[in-house]
Amino acid sequence: MTFAVEILVAFLLVLGGAFILIGSWGLARLPSLMTRLHGPTKATTLGVGGCLIASMIYFPATGGAWSAHELLITIFLLLTAPISANMIAKSHLHRQGHGIDPNPADGIATGLPPAPGGADWATFHGAADDEAPLPAPARRPPGQG
Amino acid sequence: MNGPILTAALTFALACVSGAILLNLFRLVRGPTSGDRILAVDTLTINAIALIVVFGVAWKTQTYFEAALLLAMVAFVGTVAYCKFLLRGDIVE
Repeated sequence: MTFAVEILVAFLLVLGGAFILIGSWGLARLPSLMTRLHGPTKATTLGVGGCLIASMIYFPATGGAWSAHELLITIFLLLTAPISANMIAKSHLHRQGHGIDPNPADGIATGLPPAPGGADWATFHGAADDEAPLPAPARRPPGQG
Repeated sequence: MNGPILTAALTFALACVSGAILLNLFRLVRGPTSGDRILAVDTLTINAIALIVVFGVAWKTQTYFEAALLLAMVAFVGTVAYCKFLLRGDIVE
């Protein structure tokens, strides 16, 4: 392993570790859940990505075989972090809007503000609720079929 | 044997991830709402993945990457299932 590769791997490891620590510091320090979501979903994902890229550079440089595991983990984390953050925010919005375990720091403990367009907030509805009610089936006159 | 710069960087990264896990545990115990606890568990799993990867570099082994990949997938499914349960009171409707 050359000196330049060692410097690069060490830099990526330090960067990743610092970002992971910053993300968790935000999770512990920020006042409400909606602000706490920012730390883990952005900083921690970036930090884990840095550690995985360091590992991806390190193993081929030391004579090991190149493997796609790190790339798979990176892509999977980058894909799933926004989805889980959206789900957490959605369930939090639903519970706060209905007064279940309210947190006054969020400012929505007394109910949600009106949604744009006059519709209700789509936190509770499933896919089945979005479909229009089906018309009653046409009754066939007796004696046919 | 790793050089001194890489050894120092590995020590720093391990200390950072360990501190991050302690902060997540603080939020998991303290967290006033259920969403905080779900978020803390999700972040805890991501930090465990980082810990596995850094240990893999420190020990020069690629054995544990499958564990990290499985952990990533199970953490995502678990987070979505927890949120679905909070939203609907049921997971599979």
